[in-house]
Amino acid sequence: MCLAIPGKIIDIVHGTPTLGTVEVVGVRRKVDLGLLQDDMPVPGDWVLIHVGFAMSKISEADALDQMRMLAVLGEAEQAMQEVEGYGFEDPGLEGPKPGPGLEDLRTKPN
Amino acid sequence: MRFVDEFRDPEIITKTAEEVRRLADPAKHYRLMEVCGGHTHAIYRFGLKDILPANIELIHGPGCPVCVLPMGRIDDGLAVAQEPNVIFAAFGDMMRVPGTQGSPLEHKARGIDVRIVYSPSDALKLARNNPEKHVMFFAIGFETTGPSTALTLMRARAEGIQNFSVFCNHVTIIPAIRAILDSPDMRLDAFIGPGHVSTVIGCRPYEWIAVNEGKPIVVSGFEPLDMLQSIVMILRQMRAGESKVENQYKRVVPWEGNRAALRAMAEVFELRPYFEWRGLGFISQSALRIRDEYAQWDTEQRFHVPGIRVTDPRAAQCGEVLKGVLKPAQCKLFGRECTPEHPIGALMVSTEGSCAAYHSYEHRKNLLTSIQTAA
Repeated sequence: MCLAIPGKIIDIVHGTPTLGTVEVVGVRRKVDLGLLQDDMPVPGDWVLIHVGFAMSKISEADALDQMRMLAVLGEAEQAMQEVEGYGFEDPGLEGPKPGPGLEDLRTKPN
Repeated sequence: MRFVDEFRDPEIITKTAEEVRRLADPAKHYRLMEVCGGHTHAIYRFGLKDILPANIELIHGPGCPVCVLPMGRIDDGLAVAQEPNVIFAAFGDMMRVPGTQGSPLEHKARGIDVRIVYSPSDALKLARNNPEKHVMFFAIGFETTGPSTALTLMRARAEGIQNFSVFCNHVTIIPAIRAILDSPDMRLDAFIGPGHVSTVIGCRPYEWIAVNEGKPIVVSGFEPLDMLQSIVMILRQMRAGESKVENQYKRVVPWEGNRAALRAMAEVFELRPYFEWRGLGFISQSALRIRDEYAQWDTEQRFHVPGIRVTDPRAAQCGEVLKGVLKPAQCKLFGRECTPEHPIGALMVSTEGSCAAYHSYEHRKNLLTSIQTAA
């Protein structure tokens, strides 16, 4: 749960405001980019992912260091298991459907 | 250097370790608390203690979310899970955490619908796919995971998903640090600040520790070199008679944090008046609950939650270990009744708990040494 997993943004999923495909050591999965909406990543950027949500942008060098550190900590396998477990992949079961971004989701003051 | 050799820049690590020794006054004993469980794990895994001078003592802090969750909350969650047509979804870390009647995994073996998810979004997806069931997501974590739960709740509301709720156990790190500093049996000189929590909250919330309490705090990365550099920064402050907040982990942590994540949390959560922490007792304004605007997705408002309170086994000394008053191996149950295979206290369950980390690395090393000596 507390793993920070580095991934490279491959693309932003068409028709969704905040879903992106990331690649983590050759495995591609979709993650939620909604928490980076103030500074949205673009394809080619690297991000740190926590529980399926990209939480910060990092450099490529730092991303590679982070992956190496997970390996030395003995957590690389667990990290890959987590990434492979993210469940946005099933056909027709995409995560957040096309819809509003974070700002539009906020409660409107009465 | 045991594990550090496997890592990059061994020369720089050696030089930084020398700088630590140069800066540490041999006449003093330094007690530094690493707040984050990820740091605790890394310290043991890398054998960092082996390269620090003996008068620098690392005290393991409360930053392991699984470890600080009272057993009663697990019982509460599992009580709801036993209602008809409820799916209990939680991160894998939670599955082996013992409740009074067993862990979530043991409940699964008894036929309760317990599912591991890797993201709160996946719990929401379970709800979409199982409209005839109610999916309860058992949410735990500090500010690192809080925003993801918040955004998931915002999406549930926007999509009008009715069969989903969150049993919110999110806690916040600052009040826990305050409680530790207020604890009469605790003496600390400085803090190694949490890395990933600070990605969200930034560095400003720590300023009172430096200004009001006069303790240096350095937000740190997780590599051996990061932690050694953070200790150098702390020692430099102490030698100069200063106490300030510094950010060693600038490559990931912005000083102001992640504003979008903070907005999401503010939208969905509010502070509870108080919350029980395992080992630390009740701490005021230290946890988050779901705002009334999201009551429909709040397990505690939709279901009858019994509010179970459980005292830890008397022999277990999790509280003292959690506060850094006792070392893991000083607990009466450590390595005997309480092991990673059969944990009694939560500090033995998570790899980020200080007892599990100590057991995995130090304890085995000591056993090996004693076997070799005997041979």
